[in-house]
Amino acid sequence: MKIYRVNMANLSFVAEEVPEEWKQLGGRGLTSVIVAKEVDPTCHPLSRKNKLVFAPGLLAGTMAANSGRLSAGAKSPLTGGIKESNSGGTVAQRFAKLGVKALIIEDIPKGDQWYCLHVHKDGIEIKEETELLGKGNYEVIHTLTSRYGENTGVITIGQAGEYKMSAANISVKDPKGHIRSLGRGGLGAVMSSKKIKYITLDDNDGEGIKINDKEAFKNAAQLFNKGLLSHPVSGDALPKYGTNVLVNILNEAGGLPTKNFRMGQFEGAEKICGETMYETIMSRKGDPTHGCHVGCVIRCSQTYNDKDNKYLTSGFEYETIWGFGAGCTVDDLDLIANIDQLCDDIGIDTIETAGSMMVAMEAGVLPWGDGPEMLRLFKEEIKEGTPIGRILGNGAEFTGKAFGLTRIPTVKHQSMPAYDPRSVKGIGVTYATTPMGADHTAGYSVTSNVLNVGGRIDPLAKEGQVELSRNLQIATAAIDSAGLCIFTAFAILDYEPVSHALIDMINAQYGTNMSVDDWFNMGRYVLKTERAFNQAAGFTNNDDRLPEFFSEPVPPHNATWDFTDQELDQVYNF
Amino acid sequence: MQVTVKLFGDLREGRFEEKTSELKENSRVIDVIKKHNLPLEEVAICMVNSEQAEFGRILQNQDTVAFSPPVGGM
Repeated sequence: MKIYRVNMANLSFVAEEVPEEWKQLGGRGLTSVIVAKEVDPTCHPLSRKNKLVFAPGLLAGTMAANSGRLSAGAKSPLTGGIKESNSGGTVAQRFAKLGVKALIIEDIPKGDQWYCLHVHKDGIEIKEETELLGKGNYEVIHTLTSRYGENTGVITIGQAGEYKMSAANISVKDPKGHIRSLGRGGLGAVMSSKKIKYITLDDNDGEGIKINDKEAFKNAAQLFNKGLLSHPVSGDALPKYGTNVLVNILNEAGGLPTKNFRMGQFEGAEKICGETMYETIMSRKGDPTHGCHVGCVIRCSQTYNDKDNKYLTSGFEYETIWGFGAGCTVDDLDLIANIDQLCDDIGIDTIETAGSMMVAMEAGVLPWGDGPEMLRLFKEEIKEGTPIGRILGNGAEFTGKAFGLTRIPTVKHQSMPAYDPRSVKGIGVTYATTPMGADHTAGYSVTSNVLNVGGRIDPLAKEGQVELSRNLQIATAAIDSAGLCIFTAFAILDYEPVSHALIDMINAQYGTNMSVDDWFNMGRYVLKTERAFNQAAGFTNNDDRLPEFFSEPVPPHNATWDFTDQELDQVYNF
Repeated sequence: MQVTVKLFGDLREGRFEEKTSELKENSRVIDVIKKHNLPLEEVAICMVNSEQAEFGRILQNQDTVAFSPPVGGM
């Protein structure tokens, strides 16, 4: 395999050998190690010193189920720290089949021209782009698919990226030509700072995937795939209801943040829950079950049609529905689906902008529960880059500052996801301490706190939460490096043979002799590398804290955030 | 006594979303499961008044009991 390096200042490309120390890394592990090694932690994230790195996981392109996640990394314009964001879509496997272990994009062009990159078996072409500037992601994907054919991978930024908004994401074409997102941390703004509108990938005649011991790989992969399908969460619940099955559960548990984290239960939950969504999808001839990448056996995604049975959106997730729904007290699922579609098209993170909208409602920019006005703000302000659009598009904290508020649900400047940290305390520990800023996926303690997967720990008590979050953050850093979907973790955590099958696949592919301990040590190494970058960028333990307002009790349990600084500082004691 | 019973996910199929259930005094969570013919092996999450509860928990009048099959997301 090789490293592809593009320099946007002199519009050059080189293929490099993979350094020895990067050979056993992939996905998040690789993007974070490259960013930590090559990016000045104190640089401005939109300056020439920042680099944007894409990497498929260690298992990408193989028959391992759910191994097609793509990682992107850089210094984040939103958090000011290191960022890795990952997504499904049709790109990771193409990188792997082309033998590209990572694509590193550095520096910025000297002039005002925009560019596109085309990645193929012989390298990368860097071409000037004019036609698709100012266009949304759907049009970019449709145009490029017509131009290069169905079998082309696409990475693109929408208008939010072009405006360099801190909530701008990077979009990836999925198997149906719809959109998946490298969602968090404003990586779309970094791509924009390098003046790249889109990247296309053609893996025809690529060098293919080298597997050291094919028979051993096949056996382990079969066991792994079977394990995922036999687990009740990844085998049954996720395919049918998608991630939005969580609305009712979190609402019942009092952990569904409502009205900007004022309450833990939303009276309109039933109208936006996964069960209602499933019925709606079925009655409108949508598709409740499809995968975000080829080789996904869990298939938690869906196609959501409008009232006329026409495509409206896909990849319609719990976090999005929570944020624009309960978070903003909106109980209209169709309206939230319209916002989701717009966010995909504009290329902006739904979690971050849901935070912006909650804070904007707090400030009186629009009334609580005013879904139509929220939709208008996306369509006429954010998409058009007006002054208020740019405030909202820079995220919850920026919006809160613009209006002089203190009730801003962020950690390390990143907006909090869909679980109240007071009533689901384990996830609060993760929000506080992950190097990524408030991020549920970095150590999904909701599993043991609410879902009874991987053990059981009282969500309202502090006991065991620090250890739980620490262990999950380590495991997640390792899983993200394999390029596996995080939902494989349910089976990996619950079934020991599945975790062994995972290590067996990596050993069979790379001819290594890694143990489960080695695997988790890699997770520890990745986390510590990320944390060291943040410290060098100026972060201290005092950044591993939740906002002050979480000392207020949240109904129905009247739970408060009661971890001491000393307790939180134990998370990184490993 | 009366308790409110809520069902989520596939447990709703052929049953109900929410209903009031009449029970004898000192009934337990398991009695609700039996009364409504819920498949025990499919009940992965059980909450009484929004807190996780064991099947042996004794219920009080006006309690809310919620059952869910295994679910996950993010």
